[in-house]
Amino acid sequence: MAEDKKVDREKRKFFIRTLQGLGLAALGGSIWSGYVAEAKHDEVVLRPPGAVPEEEFVKKCIKCGMCVEACKNRENNPDETKQTATLRLAAPGDHRPREKGKYIYPKEVPVGTPYFVPREIPCYMCEDIPCVPPCPTGALDPDLVSSVKDGKKVLDINKARMGVAVVDMEHCIAYWGLQCDACYRACPLIDEAIKLELRRNPRTGRHAFLLPVVYPDVCTGCGLCELACVTEKPAIFVLPRHLALGRVGKHYIKGWEKQDEERIKGSQGIQKTITPRSEESPEDYLNTEDLLDE
Amino acid sequence: MEVKEEKKQQTGFEMSRRDFLKTSAAVAAAAAIGMEVPEDALAAASNAEAGWRWDKAVCRFCGTGCGIMIAVKDDRIVAVKGDPKAPVNKGLNCIKGYFTAKIMYGADRLTKPLLRMNDRGEFDKNGKFRPVSWKKAYEVMVEQFKKAYNELGPEGVAIFGSGQYTIMEGYAAAKLMKAGFRSNNIDPNARHCMASAVAAFIQTYGIDEPPGCYDDIELTDTIFVWGSNMAEMHPILWARVTDRKLSDPDRVKVVVLSTFRHRTMDLADIDIVFRPQTDIAMWNYIAREIVYNHPEAIDWDFVNKYCVFTTGPIDIGYGMRNPDRAKALGYSDKELKIIKKQVEKRVSALEAPALSIYGYKEGDVIKMKHAKQAGKHWIISFEDFKKALAPYTLDYVARIAKGDPDEPLEQFKEKLRKMAELYIDKNRKALTFWTMGFNQHTRGTWVNEQAYMIHHLLGKQAQPGNGAFSITGQPSACGTAREVGTFAHRLPADMVVFNPKHRKISEKIWNVPHGTINPKVGSHIVKIMRDLEEGKIKFAWVQVCNPWQDTANANHWIKAARKMDNFIVVSDSYPGISAKVADLILPAAMIYEKWGAYGNAERRTQHWRQQVTPPGEAMPDTYHIVEFAKFFKLKEVWKEWRLSDGTVLPNVLDKAKEMGYDPEDTLYDVLFSEKAFKKSIPDVDLSYPQQVAINPNTGEIHPNTLATGDKRTVLGVDGKPWKGYGFFIDKALWEEYRLFGLGHGHDLADFETYHKVRGLRWPVVDGKETPWRFNADYDPYARKEIEAGRSEGKFAFYGPALKKLPRGNLFGVTDKKKVDLTNKTKIFFRPYMDPPEPPDNEYPFWLATGRVLEHWHSGTMTMRVPELYRAVPEALCYMHPKDAEKLGVKDNDLVWIESRRGKVKARVKTRGRNRPPRGLVFVPWFDERVYINKVTLDATCPISKQTDYKKCAIKIYKA
Amino acid sequence: MNENRNFLYKHRYLIARRIVQVSILLLYIAGNAYGWKILQGNLSSSRLFDVIPLADPYATLQLFAAGTILATDVIVGALIIFAFYSLIGGRAFCSWICPINMVTDFANWLRVKTGLHKDEWQLRISRKTRYWILGLSLILSFVVAAPAFEFISPISMLHRGLIFGMGFGFAAVVAVFLFDLFVTKNGWCGHLCPLGGFYSLVTKPSVIRVKHDADKCTLCMNCKNVCPEKQVLWMIGKESVFVSSGECINCARCIEVCNDDALNFGLRYKPNKEEKENA
Repeated sequence: MAEDKKVDREKRKFFIRTLQGLGLAALGGSIWSGYVAEAKHDEVVLRPPGAVPEEEFVKKCIKCGMCVEACKNRENNPDETKQTATLRLAAPGDHRPREKGKYIYPKEVPVGTPYFVPREIPCYMCEDIPCVPPCPTGALDPDLVSSVKDGKKVLDINKARMGVAVVDMEHCIAYWGLQCDACYRACPLIDEAIKLELRRNPRTGRHAFLLPVVYPDVCTGCGLCELACVTEKPAIFVLPRHLALGRVGKHYIKGWEKQDEERIKGSQGIQKTITPRSEESPEDYLNTEDLLDE
Repeated sequence: MEVKEEKKQQTGFEMSRRDFLKTSAAVAAAAAIGMEVPEDALAAASNAEAGWRWDKAVCRFCGTGCGIMIAVKDDRIVAVKGDPKAPVNKGLNCIKGYFTAKIMYGADRLTKPLLRMNDRGEFDKNGKFRPVSWKKAYEVMVEQFKKAYNELGPEGVAIFGSGQYTIMEGYAAAKLMKAGFRSNNIDPNARHCMASAVAAFIQTYGIDEPPGCYDDIELTDTIFVWGSNMAEMHPILWARVTDRKLSDPDRVKVVVLSTFRHRTMDLADIDIVFRPQTDIAMWNYIAREIVYNHPEAIDWDFVNKYCVFTTGPIDIGYGMRNPDRAKALGYSDKELKIIKKQVEKRVSALEAPALSIYGYKEGDVIKMKHAKQAGKHWIISFEDFKKALAPYTLDYVARIAKGDPDEPLEQFKEKLRKMAELYIDKNRKALTFWTMGFNQHTRGTWVNEQAYMIHHLLGKQAQPGNGAFSITGQPSACGTAREVGTFAHRLPADMVVFNPKHRKISEKIWNVPHGTINPKVGSHIVKIMRDLEEGKIKFAWVQVCNPWQDTANANHWIKAARKMDNFIVVSDSYPGISAKVADLILPAAMIYEKWGAYGNAERRTQHWRQQVTPPGEAMPDTYHIVEFAKFFKLKEVWKEWRLSDGTVLPNVLDKAKEMGYDPEDTLYDVLFSEKAFKKSIPDVDLSYPQQVAINPNTGEIHPNTLATGDKRTVLGVDGKPWKGYGFFIDKALWEEYRLFGLGHGHDLADFETYHKVRGLRWPVVDGKETPWRFNADYDPYARKEIEAGRSEGKFAFYGPALKKLPRGNLFGVTDKKKVDLTNKTKIFFRPYMDPPEPPDNEYPFWLATGRVLEHWHSGTMTMRVPELYRAVPEALCYMHPKDAEKLGVKDNDLVWIESRRGKVKARVKTRGRNRPPRGLVFVPWFDERVYINKVTLDATCPISKQTDYKKCAIKIYKA
Repeated sequence: MNENRNFLYKHRYLIARRIVQVSILLLYIAGNAYGWKILQGNLSSSRLFDVIPLADPYATLQLFAAGTILATDVIVGALIIFAFYSLIGGRAFCSWICPINMVTDFANWLRVKTGLHKDEWQLRISRKTRYWILGLSLILSFVVAAPAFEFISPISMLHRGLIFGMGFGFAAVVAVFLFDLFVTKNGWCGHLCPLGGFYSLVTKPSVIRVKHDADKCTLCMNCKNVCPEKQVLWMIGKESVFVSSGECINCARCIEVCNDDALNFGLRYKPNKEEKENA
C-alpha cells in the first residue's frame, strides 16, 4: 500500500512537474518566439548580391560571415587597409549610423546576418562577385547573379537585385533645374539603370532640365548613386525592392511585350471576387423591396 | 518664404513639379528667347530672412560665369542661390556652383604664414613648415627675392599667375612685375587652358576673345562640339544647348567630336570618336569638301571682302626642351627619344599623304628649323590653299581619323560626310564650340585657326547664331589672364611687350619712365618650370594656382623645387602640392572675402563686393602683392640691367627724377599708393566707404579689408595692426586698368556700373554692351570702321595685331613686301601632323587627362566639400572593358599607369561616365593622390606654348 | 621549480584547452582581418584551408526545422562536424572550442575564490532543462521560420563579436557570466545551453572517453568537486568503466586533479588486452 501511494505520489509529482515544465516552456517560448519574430524583421535592410528573398534569407543564413570576409579581403577593396567593406555582419545594437538622421539605415538587423548601408559604403559591383560563392547555405544564391554566356553559366553582377534606387523629386536638385546628375555619373550602369530625361525649363526658357530617372528593371541597388548624391540627406536612395516597388495583378499582361507572360507563371486563374456590392446573394438582393420611396 | 510662394503663384512661372509636366509644353513656347520672366520678385524676396544680407556675386569656378546671390549673417555666409537675374544662368547652377560658398569653410584653411625653418627659427630649405608672423615671412621673402634678383636680374624671378585671379589682383601682379621689377616672367595657369585659343585669335583677328556670345546657342540650329565635354565642364551652357535641342529636335542638330565617348555625346545626332590629333585632318576634310565638291557653298562675298588665305611653317617642333640641354640635365634616354623630335622627326605613314604637298614622303626627316618662329605666317593664294587641301579625301581622313577600332570604317565615313553637310548647308547656321581638346594640343593654335577657316569660308562668323566659339575653363581666364595680360608677352588690352608703341602707352598710363618695361618676352609657365630646373630662375611666387599639380612631367619640377637652390612662395588658401614643395606659404583670402571681378568666356565682366572677413590671418592676394612692393626702392629696380641675351634695360632713374620720383621711393609709392592713382585717375573718388559699398538691400556697408582693415587685428608685414590702405584700392586698380582698353575696342564700364548690372559684355560703349563683335549691327567699332570707309559691307575685323603680312606660297615667303590687312581676317591652311608621342609597342595606350564635373582643377577647393568629395572621392582610370580584360584587370582594381616620365596608381573603371575606345584611357587630374601629371608629356603648341595634356603614350599593368 | 612543473602538470589539459580555444579563435580572426585561408567564417559555418566545409550541426538542424532547403556545402560541413564529435571527440566542443567555456570557467573560478559556491548561491535547475530548450528551439524555428536559437545564442554572439565586431553582443555574454556567477554553478553550460544539450545527446558513441580505474581510487572526491557535469562520474570508486555519458565534456579536469592516477583518457572500442581480460 505504502509502495502504491509512493508510486502515486511520484506519478503525481511527475505529472505536476511536466505540466509546470510545459507551462514554463510555453511562456518562455512565446517570449522567445516574439523576440525572434521581431528581430528577423527589418524592412529597410539591404542584403548582399544574390540574396534570396528576405523571408527565405533569414531562414537560410547561418551567420557565418564568409561573405563579409570575402568582401573585406577582396583585392580591390577601396579601403586598402581592409578595415572596412561594403558588407558587414550585424551585431546586436547595429546599426549606429555615422550621421544620424541623414540617411536611411536599418535599425535592427538580425544579428549575424550580412547587410550594407550604401550611404556609408555602397556595393562596388565587383565583376567576380567574391561574396556570393563562399555562402555555404545558399542564402546567397549564385544562380541569382549568373547569366549564360557562350553556353556557360558565368557570374554577372548586373543581375544583382539588392534593392532599387528611388528619386525624391521634391528634393533632387536636378528637378530644381540645377545641373547635378552626380547619381547618373556614379551609376555603373549609366544610361541603363539611370537615364537622364531631358525637359525644357519654362521658367528660364533656355536651360533644359536633365532629370535622373531610375529604371528598376535594370537597377541593381548597389547604392553608388546614393553615395554620390550631394544633398544633405540623399534625394536618391536605395530601398529593398519589396518596399519600393508595386505589383501588378496577375490577370493582365502587356500585349506589346512577349516576356511579360513570365510574370503570371503559376497563376491559378482568376479567383472569385467580392465587393460590398456583391456580398449579398442575388436572391437576397432581388427580394428586398426598397425601390419605392417611403 | 511665404512671400516667395505667393509670387510664384502670381507669376505662374515657378510651379510645382506636377504642374509643370502639364504646362511645360505650352509655356515653353511662350518663353521664347529674350522673353523676360518676372523673377525680380524672387531675387528681392530675400529680405524676408531676418538679418540676412543678400548681395550678388559670381560663381568661383568655370568660365561660364554664372551669377549667384549670397546671404551673409554675422560675417558668415548662410546661403547661396543662383541669381535669377543673371542672363547666363537665370538662377540655376551646377553642383560646383551649388557648393561655391562651402569651399571657404574647409577645416584646413591656411590661416598663418608658414615658413620652412630649422630648430633655431631660421629659414632652412630643408626645414619643416612652421607658422611665422607676416613680418618674418616678408623679411625672409624679400631677402630671398633680392638674392635672386641681384644675381640673375629681372629674368631670375617669376610669378605663376592665374585665370582665377580677380581682375584687380592680376592687374596688380602684372603692374608690379612689368613696371616695377621690369620682369616679364609672369605667366598664368591660363597658359595651360586657352593660350592656343588666344594665339589663334591674335593670328586670325588681331584681337583676343570670341566674336560671339552665349546667345548664339538659342539662335543657332547646328551645334558642333569639338574636343569638349561641355556636359561636365560647362554644365549650365550644356543645359542651354540641351534646351535648344529640345526646342526643335528635328531641326536642331548636335555633333560631338572627341577622342573618347563622354556625357556630351548623349545628346549628339552625330557622335564622332576620332584618333587623337586627327581633328586637324577632319577640318581639312570639311574644307576640301567645300572647296572641291561644294564651291557654291563658299561665301565669296565674305571671303573676298574680309579674308585672306594664309599659312605658316610646319617644321616648328613640339615646344619641348632642346634635346642637348635635356641630356645635360640628366633626362633619361627614354625621355630623350621623344624630346629629340623637337629638332627632327621622321614622316610617318599616317602623315605622309598629308605632307606630300611639301614633297615629303614616308620616312623622310623633317628638320625643325622654324621652332623659334613657329607663329610666322604669310599670305597665300586661294589656288595654293586649294592645292594644299587636295590630300584630305574622305578615304584618307577616315582611315587616319577613325578613333574607335571597333567602329566600321563605312559608318565612320558616313558620319564625317554628314557632319560636313551640316556645316556646308546654306540654310543652316553653325555654332562651333571647343575647349581643351583643341587648346591642349601640340598644334593647338592651328586647330583653333582651322575652326575659323571653315566658318570664314562659309561666311558663318560673327553673326547671331553663327560662329566659332572658344569656351574657357577658368572664371577669369578671359577677364584677368587675357584682358589684363598676365602673360609673359602681354600688356593689358591685348598689347605686347615686344611692341615699342605698346610699351610706351603702358608706361604712360602707369606713370613710369619710358624704357622701364622689359621688351623681351619672359618665360611662359612651362618655361618657368624649366628655368627653375636649370637654375635660371631662383625665386618663384605662386598666386591663385597650383602649378606643381597641373604642369605636365611633374617629377622634374618637384625635384627642381626641392633640390635646387631657389625660393618658392605660394599664396594659397588650402595646402596643395605646390604649397608642399614651397619654402614659404602665405595664407590667402578666398573669393567672397575680398572685392573682385571676373570676366567670362563671352566677354562678360562681373563684379562683386567683399561679403565676409577672411579667416585667421589670411589676406587678399592684392595685399600679398602690394605689400611686397613696399620693400623695393626705385634705385634697386630701375637701374641698368643686362639680360642674358645681351639686351640692356636702361637705367631710368634720371627720367624718374624728372617725373618727380625719388630713387629712395618705394615701388609701392610709385605703383600702388593713393598718390600714384591720383596721377593716373585723378577724377575718381577713392574714398571708402562710398555709395557703391552700401548694400542695396539692407543699407549696410560691405567690409573692405584692403581699404580699411577689418574686425581682426592682423599684424601686417610691418608688424603693426593692419588698418587698410586708407583708400579704395580695388576701385583704383579697376579704374586705372580700364584706361588701357578705352577707345581700343576693349572698353569696360566704370566700377559703379558693374555693381548695378549682371555683368556687361565688352566693348561697353556709351553704356551699351556688345553681343557680337566685328558685326556693324552690334559692334560700334565695326560701325566706325565702315563709316570711315575703311571696311565695306557689314563687317570690320578691326583687331590691330599681325595685320601686315608678306606674300608667299605653301613653302614660304616669296615677296617680302608687306600687305596691309586692316579690317581683314584670315583663312589659315594648316596640315595634319602626328603628335610627338603616339603609342608604340612598349607604351601601347594613349593617355588623355581632363576634369570631372564634381571637382574643380586640382581639387584644392572642391575636395574640401564633403558632398563633392563623397560624390567623387578619387580619380579613376577610365578604360575600355576589352583592354581591361587583356590586361587582366577588373573594375576597381589598381593599375600602374606608366609613361617614359613617371608612373602613378589608379583604379580601373570600365563602366563609368567616360567610355574610351580600345587603346585609350582617360584619367582626371583633380586628385593629388593620382598625380597624373607625373606621367604626362610637357610638349606644347610651339606657337601658343600650351601643353598637350590629351596625348601621350603609356603602359598599364596591374598594381 | 618542481612546484612549478607540478602546477603545469596539474593543469596540462587546461592549458592545452586554452591554447586550442584561443588559437582557433585567432585563426578565425585572421581569416577576417588578413584574409588568411586557414579558417574562414565562424563556428556557425566555416571553411578549413579554403576547401573543407564545416558547419554547426545544431544550427543546421535549426535551419532545417525552419523549413530551409539546404545547400550541399552546409550539409556536408554539418556532417563532418557531427561525425567528428559523435564518433571521436565526444562533447569536446564545449571544453576545447567553445569560447563561452572560458567565460563560464572564469565565473566558476570566481565562485570558488569568493566563496559564492555555497548552497545559498545555488538555484536548483534541472540539468534536463537544456533538452527542453533544445526541443523548444527546434519547434520555434519551425514556427517562426528562422533558426531561433541563433538569434539569441551567446556563443555565436561572443564568437562572431570577436571576429566581426561585438556591438551590444557583449550584454548576452555578461548575462551568462553573471548567471553562472550568482545564480547557478555551471548554470549555462551544464543546465541551459541547447548546443551543449545537442552534443550531449549525440556524442554518446564517441571513442575518446575518460576511463576510471576504481582499484586506484581513494575516494578523495577531488574529481567530483571539480567536474562541471558531476552526474557523469557516478562510477567513482565503484566501477572501473569508461565515463560513457554524452554529457561529459572531456575537459579532463578530473584527470588532472586525481592524485591516484585513477582517471585517464582512453579509447573505447579499442580491442586492447585489458578489456579482453575484463571480459
